[in-house]
Amino acid sequence: MSLATAPSGLARDGANGRFAEPLVRLERVGKTFANGTVALAGLDLAIGRHEFVSLLGPSGCGKSTALRLIAGLARPTSGRILGPEGAPRGAVGFVFQEPTLLPWATVFDNVWLPLRLQGVSRRQALGPVGEALAMVGLAEFAAAYPRELSGGMKMRVSIARALVTRPSLLLMDEPFAALDEITRLRLNDDLLDLWRAQSWTVVFVTHSVYESVYLSTRVVVMAPRPGRVVADLPIEAPWPRDEAFRTSPAYNALCRRVSAELHRAMGA
Amino acid sequence: MATTLEPAKAGLSGTIEPAERAPASDRLARILAPTIIALLVVLGWEAIVRLNDIPHYILPGPSLVARELVESWPVLWPSLLITVKIATLALLAAILGGVGLALLCSLSRWIEIALFPYAVVLQVTPVVSIAPLILIYVDNTLSAVVLCAWIVAFFPILANTMLGLASADHNLRDLFELYGASRWQQLCLLRLPTALPYFLGGLRIAGGLSLIGAVVAEYVAGTAGTGTGLAFRVLEAQYRLNIPRMFAGLLLLALTGVAIYLIFGALSHLLLHRWHESAVRRER
Repeated sequence: MSLATAPSGLARDGANGRFAEPLVRLERVGKTFANGTVALAGLDLAIGRHEFVSLLGPSGCGKSTALRLIAGLARPTSGRILGPEGAPRGAVGFVFQEPTLLPWATVFDNVWLPLRLQGVSRRQALGPVGEALAMVGLAEFAAAYPRELSGGMKMRVSIARALVTRPSLLLMDEPFAALDEITRLRLNDDLLDLWRAQSWTVVFVTHSVYESVYLSTRVVVMAPRPGRVVADLPIEAPWPRDEAFRTSPAYNALCRRVSAELHRAMGA
Repeated sequence: MATTLEPAKAGLSGTIEPAERAPASDRLARILAPTIIALLVVLGWEAIVRLNDIPHYILPGPSLVARELVESWPVLWPSLLITVKIATLALLAAILGGVGLALLCSLSRWIEIALFPYAVVLQVTPVVSIAPLILIYVDNTLSAVVLCAWIVAFFPILANTMLGLASADHNLRDLFELYGASRWQQLCLLRLPTALPYFLGGLRIAGGLSLIGAVVAEYVAGTAGTGTGLAFRVLEAQYRLNIPRMFAGLLLLALTGVAIYLIFGALSHLLLHRWHESAVRRER
């Protein structure tokens, strides 16, 4: 089931009750790598403002490639992408699977980096960097070096760095995949709190059914070889989501549905 | 409204401090162990010389070498300074040349393709065989000797710095691209810091090599220009069958090499100990 340019993601209300207008639109986007691998073929995807969209699929389904295309880190070989590309630098925040911090720089300097690259001095950055660090709960660790932090804390620094430019679109590429279960659940809750408090749009790549259902307003299931969208499921569950939701029958039913779509995608 | 999250503090109190210094017993052992070896070697050497009545023009005992070192200090010390000056000049030139060329190569693949083979040729040709030619064509002997030492010292710096400049993490490169970093910003904030540990590794090798290069060049030149280097003093002592002085000169050269190694080791630690795996003490 291909969604073509169906506006299903556009007309729905965002979590904050605001009208969801399109922020990014991928139209029949294809990406073939130099070695002939077809990563994506005819991908249609519209991301509405204030949505939290998860791209879910087995490895090799092109979900990370789609994210890189949206970020402008790669060029599509066919089709077109309308959206934040061409928007001012810093409008897009990107969180990688690894924390990807500068090991020689302190937490402060790492979070300062995106602003620094735009010519913001250290003094001017004190405020925004302090705020971003406070948001992820690391205000006291500004002077620490990455190697002195735990894996979860490094990920928080990475998120603070993505937030410091106040992006309208946050792209996350399996950000919590390498973390332990306890840290991951915690960071999921923290991320949701931040998303509800701020006016972001999030595109979240994951291979976890449970994570995608818990976090998203919408789960997009992708299939490999070639990468394409096979299902687009709204997650109409109440907010706030918390431990009670995580153990509720409604959550289980949603997980079963998404899981079934994922199995279909892998069998297809 | 900004949401504040609880900082995850667990397991942090022990690691946030700068790496603690090694315990006193460990430091003592590090000094004591090599010292005991040195004492054993010196005592054994002295014993062999005395018990076998070996004449001093064949193998002088350590006590005689020590006496010679003190007695000919007025001759050896100025010569040592000259050799150190040659090695230092060569090393400085190697740093400038090596880092400069590495930067050029990182800017343009074509420069790398065009020049790197010749850097390799320079490296693999034995300096002993080039030195006589250099001495013919370079009038100033000091310059010629420095040039020889430079040839030996510059390749490790070039090769290591090139490797370092090319080793920046791919995700970090993407991050810099995402925020529209200029080439200059990418060089200063990403590539150069990434290359620093590699460069320092090269510097440690090149430091020793610059001394070796200086010694070899002095041997070939038979002098070190206006002054007389330590290597030439050793050679001179050999002509005069002054074996104790040969040993004294060698000892000084070896100590100089060790000093160079220690200085660059300390520099490396100073620059890297906060963040690089090689310089971080592992907690047990």
